Amino acid sequence: MSTDYLKTDITSLHDDLVNKKTTAAQLAADTLAAIDSKDKKTNAFITVAPEVAEKQAAAADEKGIGAADTLAGIPIALKDNIITNGVKTTAASKILNNFIPVYDATVATRLQQAGAVLVGKTNLDEFAMGSSTENSHYGNTHNAWALDRVPGGSSGGSAAAVAAGEVVAALGSDTGGSIRQPAAFNGIFGIKPTYGRVSRWGLIAFGSSLDQIGVLTRRVKDSAIVLQQIAGHDDNDDTSLPDPVPDYLAALDGNIKGMRIAIPEEYLGEGVAQGVRDVIEKAVDTLKKLGATVDTVSLPHTKYAVPTYYLIASSEASSNLQRFDGIRYGYRAEDVKNLEDVYVRSRSEGFGDEVKRRIMLGTFSLSAGFYDAYFNKAAKVRHLIQDDFTNVFADYDLIVGPTTPTPAFKIGEKVDDPVTMYMNDILTIPANLAGIPAASVPAGLVDGLPVGLQLMAKPLGEATIFKTADAFERTTEFYKQVPTAMKGDN
Amino acid sequence: MIDRDQVAHVAGLAKLQFTDQELTAFTKQMEDIMAMADQLNEVDVGDTTPLYQVTDLKNVFREDKPVLWQTRDQLLENVPEKQNGLIKVPSILDNGEGEA
Amino acid sequence: MNFETTIGLEVHVELKTKTKMFSPSPVSYGAKPNTNVNVIDFGFPGVLPRVNHNAYRLGIMVALALHAQVTRDTHFDRKNYFYPDNPKAYQITQQEKPLATNGWIEINVHGKKKKIGIHEMHVEEDAGKNTHGDSGYSYVDLNRQGTPLIEIVSEPDIASPEEAYAYLEQLRQIIQFTGASDVKMEEGSMRVDTNISIHPAGTDKFGVKAELKNLNSFAHVRDGLAFEAKRQAEVLMAGGKVRQETRRFDEPTGTTILMRVKEGSDDYRYFPEPDIPPFHIAQSWIDEIASEIPEMPSKRRERYINDFGIPEYDAGVLTATKEMSDFFDETVKDGADAKLAANWLMGNVNAYLNDQQVDLPDTKLTPANLATMIKLIVDGTISSKIAKKVFQETITNGSEPKAWVEQKGLVQQSDPAVLTPIITKVLDDNSQSIEDFKNGKDRAVGFLVGQIMKQTHGQANPQVVNKILMTELKKR
Ligand SMILES: [Mg+2]
Ligand SMILES: [Zn+2]
Repeated sequence: MSTDYLKTDITSLHDDLVNKKTTAAQLAADTLAAIDSKDKKTNAFITVAPEVAEKQAAAADEKGIGAADTLAGIPIALKDNIITNGVKTTAASKILNNFIPVYDATVATRLQQAGAVLVGKTNLDEFAMGSSTENSHYGNTHNAWALDRVPGGSSGGSAAAVAAGEVVAALGSDTGGSIRQPAAFNGIFGIKPTYGRVSRWGLIAFGSSLDQIGVLTRRVKDSAIVLQQIAGHDDNDDTSLPDPVPDYLAALDGNIKGMRIAIPEEYLGEGVAQGVRDVIEKAVDTLKKLGATVDTVSLPHTKYAVPTYYLIASSEASSNLQRFDGIRYGYRAEDVKNLEDVYVRSRSEGFGDEVKRRIMLGTFSLSAGFYDAYFNKAAKVRHLIQDDFTNVFADYDLIVGPTTPTPAFKIGEKVDDPVTMYMNDILTIPANLAGIPAASVPAGLVDGLPVGLQLMAKPLGEATIFKTADAFERTTEFYKQVPTAMKGDN
Repeated sequence: MIDRDQVAHVAGLAKLQFTDQELTAFTKQMEDIMAMADQLNEVDVGDTTPLYQVTDLKNVFREDKPVLWQTRDQLLENVPEKQNGLIKVPSILDNGEGEA
Repeated sequence: MNFETTIGLEVHVELKTKTKMFSPSPVSYGAKPNTNVNVIDFGFPGVLPRVNHNAYRLGIMVALALHAQVTRDTHFDRKNYFYPDNPKAYQITQQEKPLATNGWIEINVHGKKKKIGIHEMHVEEDAGKNTHGDSGYSYVDLNRQGTPLIEIVSEPDIASPEEAYAYLEQLRQIIQFTGASDVKMEEGSMRVDTNISIHPAGTDKFGVKAELKNLNSFAHVRDGLAFEAKRQAEVLMAGGKVRQETRRFDEPTGTTILMRVKEGSDDYRYFPEPDIPPFHIAQSWIDEIASEIPEMPSKRRERYINDFGIPEYDAGVLTATKEMSDFFDETVKDGADAKLAANWLMGNVNAYLNDQQVDLPDTKLTPANLATMIKLIVDGTISSKIAKKVFQETITNGSEPKAWVEQKGLVQQSDPAVLTPIITKVLDDNSQSIEDFKNGKDRAVGFLVGQIMKQTHGQANPQVVNKILMTELKKR
């Protein structure tokens, strides 16, 4: 294998392509080979798409790759809840086991237009509902640093694929932390942009008012390159923001002198493991050394974020997932006697337990007599949570804290205890509720497991996040570490 | 507190079915989840308005210009049962069409 | 015991747009199954709705024509239910804040005028269509899925089946005049659901409502409600209780038949549609739409009566449809005498439409041609007998009347210089008739005119002939 994604980045690959040291076809072949060998350990992919990859790579070579075509010929993986025309898209559910879409998600179209090469679809928790990628019809994904641990979720496949060096970049989606938490667990960079920054057209909906597509890469700059391409207004999404996309790469100057950073006291409370707190405190010292000012602030409604989120996300999901009814696509139960049978049996056989739990919770919280006490109450608390952020961002450029309370937990450890599992998302959920951009950058290791530093900015403040994360990355050089479970693999 | 009957009722609305054993397990889990949700009772929201969407967007409209994106064949590709360009489904007993 | 009847009407009207409410698929009636559809209409995973500007505009236009208050701050909601014609298993509609509220229309039943309140109206998407086959299967066509609808919900002000009928007639006419919909029951672009309850006269507590569906014409609405009022009265008189149920009208028997008994209310789990940002409707947009509403039938009737001296009944006939009324206005604008234009439209034109079973726009008649024909009659160029021929020609073949009568030589002869020698010749040849005339026999004049017409092959202008003949007779 001639390309080692653990030792390279998009910019270097691009230079090699422009200088004809390699070809898109060669990169595609190398990537498919890397997946072939490493995915046995990680199970990061649901579908590998060699024919598509070879075809798109050949097209990129044919067209010729110029200095401005930053993503041309670069292999990329998409989370399997992103619709790809002609390539099976399952959302990790049995109910979409046989589903071949007839259109493309906007992000898929934009990557294709840039000449990027689709190599496959990555594993996730079914319909993105989960924090461990254990809720997949297609088996667990394993953490690249410890195979007996979860990769996080729901973009666990994308995170593990990048961390293991199977691919240089992958797209994920983040409804309550589903990009940042797996990025943190796998020691890579993951960003969830501002709600509305990236089109949701073709993202299989979970919590429509929270969902956002983002990027997982080892290097901050790679993330900026990919987001640059997929961000921006899209006519096919009425909630897509019209604001022009700034030049993210221009922000990567390593200079964060005078950056006003806040650290919420609620993010370093009891529930956060001591080892994680230590890593984050060290990271904050680093930011100070780089010239940032750091103050402790309060986001008083943080403790309510989890119930608020689960009510809103599940309510929206209960409605979004009603279309999976066995009539127009997807799994249909066999030997059905009547229409009610088609509905009830297709859905009961097609959905996994966690999806059913959330559909039930959401249906309940929207049902007659409970709407005001649950869904609508949550929507009001959501407003208070957004106000908390607005207040802090009046005085600060960035909020930082841990991405997760603990490093990656063991497979099977929490899967039967939904509430404990849900609490794991307490630090990532608030950014989704408020719609602000947030990212996780690797900050260090605890007991050999990666810990992520979370960076949150005001709406459309992605450049601020990239700038700070890049400066931090230059100092820590975490990306030079090879994940434990992948050592000796190349 | 949510009980077994409520869980069964909600399952009916959601077109899901559970065995007795599953229903018992689900009711227990739903109880735990609803206990978590009930934490929101502590919050005095005063006259805070509900926040359903986070963008400040308003009045997003599309021009009334027709486009055909997909062919019938493409759209019917994934349909489990079809006949003469129509989607075939077992009929329902209650002919309550026209809910629009 | 006497009962009072309370009727509520829910009317769905398809808005006349080029595309669907939330997708750019074309809207057309009678297309091949599942051809006017895309991934949005099919409710594919990952799709998002995109709101049709024109549909919302037409919704506001209808609301304004129905004197309603447009809701300035509003949004869409989801109504959740499973059905094969409802691909997302939710309908995007407006529940919490409908497009408009507090409208009214005035009806006229047996000369008695009454205002009927409109509680609210909202825009939403239509469902697809299920065909129920035999052998236990149904077939789904999603062409209609997503067609823009406005749903108009009356106040319970309607007290009789006749009032319901008048309300629907009036509603259809007003909407037809806005141009926002075809409002055709037979094509489903207007659909009516009703509910009816009765309670003892003098009491004020409403009775239990029954819903009545499957109503294909206004007459069915009237007849179904009448049957239902009678049925409910019989139930109560017999000491029974009216159940909350859905019934359908059975055309062959003129009765209503139970479809299902409702237990409690449906739970649609409405919540605000997260995929569509809310609306703040600017007053300036409302004003702009108001200025674009065509003149309403009541205003037109007033104008016809006051400006043209047309009788009230005739004004009503002329404003039965917007096509007729527009045609009349155009014809008058093109210089035709208003009363003659009205007579032609209500007489020969309507007779032709009935006879051929077509609508005015389906014929070749244009206001300009009708006006020209009327002017030719007035200035004596053609006789009313010839006019009938001209009319037949211009409505079936679209010929320009003036050119056609000239080409066919149907122009009346009105020139005294041409007619006088012919008349004197006829007199010379018929001295007996002159004698009879002098002896007071009026029949003689008729005979002489007949002779003159014969000589001129019927083209002599009768008025001119009469005038010259009288002058010449007096000379003898
Ligand atoms: Mg409705
Ligand atoms: Zn409706």
